Amino acid sequence: MVSNQEGSTILEALRAGIHEAMVADERVFVIGEDVGRYGGAFKVTEGLLDEFGGERVIDTPISEAAIVGAACGAALMGMKPIAEFQFIDFISNGFDMLTNYAAKSRYRGCGGIGAVFRGPCGSGVRGGPFHSLNAESFFMNTAGLKMVEPSTAYDAKGLLKAAIDDPDPVLIFEHKKLYRMPRLREVLPEEDYRVEIGKARVARAGDDLSIITFGAQTLNALDAAERIENEDGRSVEVIDLRTLSPLDKGTILATVKKTNRVVILHESSLTGGIGGEISAIIAEEAFEWLDAPVVRIASIDSPVPFAPQLEDYFLPSLDEIVEGCRKVLKY
Amino acid sequence: MKQKKPRRPLSCTKETTLTNEKFIELYRYLKLTRMFDEKTVRLKKQSKLTGGVFTSLGQEATAVGTAFALEEKDFIAPLIRDIGACFVKGIEPRTIFLQYFGRGTAPSRATDVQFHFADLEKGFVGPISHLGDMIPVMTGILLAARMRNEDRVAVAYLGEGASSTGTFHEGVNFAAVKKLPLITIIENNGYAYSTPTREQAACTQFVEKALGYGIKGLQVDGNDIVACYETMKSAVDYARTGNGSVLIEAMTYRRKGHAEHDNQAYVPEGEIEWWAEHNDPVTRFEKYLSEQEILSNQQMDDMAVEIKEFLNAEAEWAEDQPPPEPVQAAMNVFDNSFVSPAYKKQVLDK
Repeated sequence: MVSNQEGSTILEALRAGIHEAMVADERVFVIGEDVGRYGGAFKVTEGLLDEFGGERVIDTPISEAAIVGAACGAALMGMKPIAEFQFIDFISNGFDMLTNYAAKSRYRGCGGIGAVFRGPCGSGVRGGPFHSLNAESFFMNTAGLKMVEPSTAYDAKGLLKAAIDDPDPVLIFEHKKLYRMPRLREVLPEEDYRVEIGKARVARAGDDLSIITFGAQTLNALDAAERIENEDGRSVEVIDLRTLSPLDKGTILATVKKTNRVVILHESSLTGGIGGEISAIIAEEAFEWLDAPVVRIASIDSPVPFAPQLEDYFLPSLDEIVEGCRKVLKY
Repeated sequence: MKQKKPRRPLSCTKETTLTNEKFIELYRYLKLTRMFDEKTVRLKKQSKLTGGVFTSLGQEATAVGTAFALEEKDFIAPLIRDIGACFVKGIEPRTIFLQYFGRGTAPSRATDVQFHFADLEKGFVGPISHLGDMIPVMTGILLAARMRNEDRVAVAYLGEGASSTGTFHEGVNFAAVKKLPLITIIENNGYAYSTPTREQAACTQFVEKALGYGIKGLQVDGNDIVACYETMKSAVDYARTGNGSVLIEAMTYRRKGHAEHDNQAYVPEGEIEWWAEHNDPVTRFEKYLSEQEILSNQQMDDMAVEIKEFLNAEAEWAEDQPPPEPVQAAMNVFDNSFVSPAYKKQVLDK
């Protein structure tokens, strides 16, 4: 389970994180559909059943509400559940339990729900309308849930460990396109570490423009920044939010004050997306620092379509991102 | 739900293992439940309570009798008709009055209504309004208990209407598959808000649902408190010894509306009166206690006086507690040592 010489993919980092947490703390357990014998649809939990047995690696019926509810109940008992959604699309089947039970329990004085709810999200893999969701906007207006989405192997493991430690419910969105991406292999520290929830990361430092993004779009943003630097000689900063709730306003405002020009990039649809919230924070708290209007680049307002031609149209392309940045730089 | 007049007045089953001492204890809980409801209705009419008042008039025996068969270590998730089960589990009336009055020292810190609070030490898991949701939560409690080798049984109370929800199905099925000691009690009281039972499900008996989940199903006269206790006792023994889940259908009747504001215009004429006259759970138990010479009428009257004074004192105490500070609304969305309170945003404060 330890990282080999080539380093870990995001998927291996997550698996190692769960494994280490289960070894370190017997309260940690895994629950979800096909997580045991099969090792999970994407094999994140592979090997855990053999090592920890069926009481700590719990295969369930196809019942997302029961999975979330059972995780909540176990958390009330002081356990540390890691519940898996086979695809984040199916989080809608657990939506009621998440938003009404998990999110409100502490506030109602009924006990904090220290549980992790994780699963593969994201488009660009030709998954069609039901296997491609980015769900963060469903939950942005629900107080009481934390949300994280890593774009590096280091962050995946560190955020997972922090989520397990966290006394409140944390949703981890794992972009399935990044799970095994060779580009993201990295050698992880031997020692135990955490990545603090609520803290964004400067993925690339720059002076002339900021792209605020997260998840798989972080890679697109880095590629766009590289191209603009090479072709235009302008320096672009990339902020990887890592935590989507609560948002790291400090890092968002700091980059605005540094570069004075902002593009917000996300993979879920534009309208009602997280970009609107970030844009509003900037407008309210850093308006006088802006040299150009804030521009949002996101997917179109449609379900995620299946065919490559359609999905590529749906998603923000590298060219569109570069064009958007140039527009803001020229303003 | 209206039936023929019984040939002789109804009492309770005589097949029982309860001692006289236990009978007296059980009677006090039953009487306390009825009188607590009467007190909250009076307080509502005096405009002293904010929000809806929900009572269990006519069906108190189900919650009280079943909870009486549990041990201290067992868990319950009651609904709005199950205040009697809360009392049996050791929740004090003053605590529920604090909730009703919306006082800052209430267990929910006045963030939530009446029975929506928890006392996990006493095995009381805080319910929410979304019916059926507590069943999956109870399965998680039992999974945790199993992982820690703790011998606990959990009970989810619900009305027949809640058995139409998806979470009921997911929770009962999951518990069944995992052979968890979960007891789901369907209180069939004739109405879900205004919807009669026949429009809730096509099966004529809710206990039949147990068959589809492959679990034990039991049906009981929910207005016979002794039968409720004995049926529950057998269910608890069955579940505790590793046989898996049980579904109990308790046949009862809701004599009040969904809440106090509901005028019950949808109920056929004479139905409520029939149940009040011929099948009231308190009257039945009193008849039984008197027949068995466990308590005299005088002793029961004396107990009612004592309970009335007790409840008045509890309510007065709760009413005198301070209301919450408004800013408390911002606290404990998250653990505030990790995330700051959700204070109101000051517009253009810089």
